[in-house]
Amino acid sequence: MSIDQFKYSRIPPEAEALRAEVRAFLAEALKDYPAVRRADSWMGFDAEFSRRLGAKGWVGMALPKRHGGGEASPFARYVVIEELLAAGAPVSAHWFADRQSGPQILHYGTDAQKERHLPAICRGEQFFCIGMSEPNSGSDLASIKTRARREGDKWVVNGQKVWTTNAHRSHYMIALVRTGENSKRQEGLSQFIIDLSLPGITIRPIKDLTGAEHFNEVFFDELVLDADAIIGTEGQGWGQVTAELAFERSGPERFLSSIALLHTLIDAVGRSPDALQAKEIGRFAARLVTLRNMSLAVTAQLAAGNNPAWEASVVKDLGAVFEQEIPEVAQLLCELPPTVQGGSDHAQVLAYLTQMAPSFSLRGGTREILRGIIARGLGLR
Amino acid sequence: MRDLFDSSVERLFSDLVTADAVLACEGGEWPTELWTAVEASGFTLALVPESLGGAGATWADVCGVLRLAGRFNLPLPLPEAMLANWLLGASGLAAVLGTLSVAARGTLRLENGRVTGAAVDVPWGRHVRHVVAVAAGAAPAVVLLPTEAATVVRTVNTAAEPRDTLKFEAVVPLASAALPTALSADVLKLGGAMMRAAQIAGALETVLAMATTYAGERVQFGKPIGSFQAIQHQIAVLAEHAAASVMSAEAAFAESDDRLARLPVMAAKICASEAAGIGAGVAHAVHGAIGFTHEHALHLTTRRLWSWRSEFGSLTDWSQQLGRALCGAGSQALWPSVTAGVLAAYEETAA
Repeated sequence: MSIDQFKYSRIPPEAEALRAEVRAFLAEALKDYPAVRRADSWMGFDAEFSRRLGAKGWVGMALPKRHGGGEASPFARYVVIEELLAAGAPVSAHWFADRQSGPQILHYGTDAQKERHLPAICRGEQFFCIGMSEPNSGSDLASIKTRARREGDKWVVNGQKVWTTNAHRSHYMIALVRTGENSKRQEGLSQFIIDLSLPGITIRPIKDLTGAEHFNEVFFDELVLDADAIIGTEGQGWGQVTAELAFERSGPERFLSSIALLHTLIDAVGRSPDALQAKEIGRFAARLVTLRNMSLAVTAQLAAGNNPAWEASVVKDLGAVFEQEIPEVAQLLCELPPTVQGGSDHAQVLAYLTQMAPSFSLRGGTREILRGIIARGLGLR
Repeated sequence: MRDLFDSSVERLFSDLVTADAVLACEGGEWPTELWTAVEASGFTLALVPESLGGAGATWADVCGVLRLAGRFNLPLPLPEAMLANWLLGASGLAAVLGTLSVAARGTLRLENGRVTGAAVDVPWGRHVRHVVAVAAGAAPAVVLLPTEAATVVRTVNTAAEPRDTLKFEAVVPLASAALPTALSADVLKLGGAMMRAAQIAGALETVLAMATTYAGERVQFGKPIGSFQAIQHQIAVLAEHAAASVMSAEAAFAESDDRLARLPVMAAKICASEAAGIGAGVAHAVHGAIGFTHEHALHLTTRRLWSWRSEFGSLTDWSQQLGRALCGAGSQALWPSVTAGVLAAYEETAA
């Protein structure tokens, strides 16, 4: 780890050139899209929209052409996803496949797995969820108990996952599962690609505090998987999962979750802000500029083949604080109480993001876990 | 050039800018030898075009030099001299050898070839021979003023660095030129903000290193205090803000060329000013009572953080400018401004 790894990295011109096209597409596609839906950010689910993005070549775009991708640079993909997020486009359906599952299948998958999944991911037609947490394994991921045992040339899975975003509307889950007994808890774990249409799987949505259904509990009861459902190397699941973390924690979704509220706040304040409004809006913009530069610096590290897990933790923790502070401060700047029915766009977006904000420092690694990783990188643990 | 600059400056500062040297300056001494050594290294002319006798370095080349000035608590107006000579060069004027600072605030006016008014908060104003300012008048002008012609009102900041008021009465500038049209009248404030942002980033690197080392050495309850989660998480927050300050300063320097990159510079000073207070607070919390003593070196850096965050525009000052510009441009302009690094509506009104 090193602070010097945050090297200023401009988006190359050929990637930047994509931006105008993405903006024009979104201006048209989201013409009548309401502000409060834009606040869903990467939790907004619209399978048809994902297919349209797939048709544009903007899903799995960094994957090789032979698998249906565009062989675009990480920066080109960055331009596309940050424009989608800034506009509040409903990207949730394909989000996890685009960010995580696709690259992981490319990296660890067999030819058959690549053939089965990658072209469909790139078309925006095959959706993935990530099965990590369990009822007694949240931050302490290595304590998971869901188990797969060998029976002949099959695997039989029993156990339970929880907080699995989009499990109820995805085609596949990549799950971390225990396949062996080892003295070290991180050993004996493996990853499986689970077809969620198979018998032996029960998926129950869990309402979040707004009443919306994004995440789920998923039960496996004598679920039978073919031998080739395993991805990567048996027993190497922990290493495979931790290798993804820098991708998972450094992207623009880690600081843009509340940008819809910045937009409605500026609208609500109007062209002549008072001193306090001007100060807070300016301060948020400054932090947004800096977080984006930090995120791009991590992207450059990833593009160079490094594993900037420490730097990604820095981006995610600072980003979550930023995303959470926006609703906290916004409610101080205008005498507009938050509303879930009626009221202005700003009042509705404020209500929505105020309620969503607690999740920003939970999902993808809690604040405490991230700060522990940062401290370890500094040599304190 | 960047690596060469960084390594030579680091060597120079680690040899000469000791805690004793810094403390002596805080007592009111002017460090003649140190200044001579720094000037001999050529860095006061780094940003001057080669055609005018300088090194022709870019802003990106010198970001590390400014971070190091912050890391070592450099008790000299090197950042100010670099900025002053850059502005002289950009205005077609010859660079100045010898002690030099900038006046970014005040009431200076150039009329009939003479400058009258006060230059406020001039770093090391009492010690330097020359000051560069942008004077108001029929049109803004870059002026080089001899400080021997000024009345000095002495002021020092929390780090005992001179921040003097210099009063000029009908003084003929040693050189003057119209401010280049590409530059705004607040160019020295903007440039000073960029310098301080980099110095704060460097200072935060120092307090991060000190806090991390101390937490690993200080034993309480039978183990190093750095093994307690409460300490770990505070230092993690310090590291995050140090990283954000480094990143935002590097971006500001990288995006500046013949003009200073206004939006990145504002972002850098805002983020650094916020980080300064957070970082100093954590460093002191970790060090406990020993860090609150004059004997311990921590205050050499934290007292500078507490001053630098307010100089050349505070967090509030720059945030309000930025916020007003953003609101004036409307919500649709926010994201395009962020991705372009330019606030078009603002650039027009600033000049």
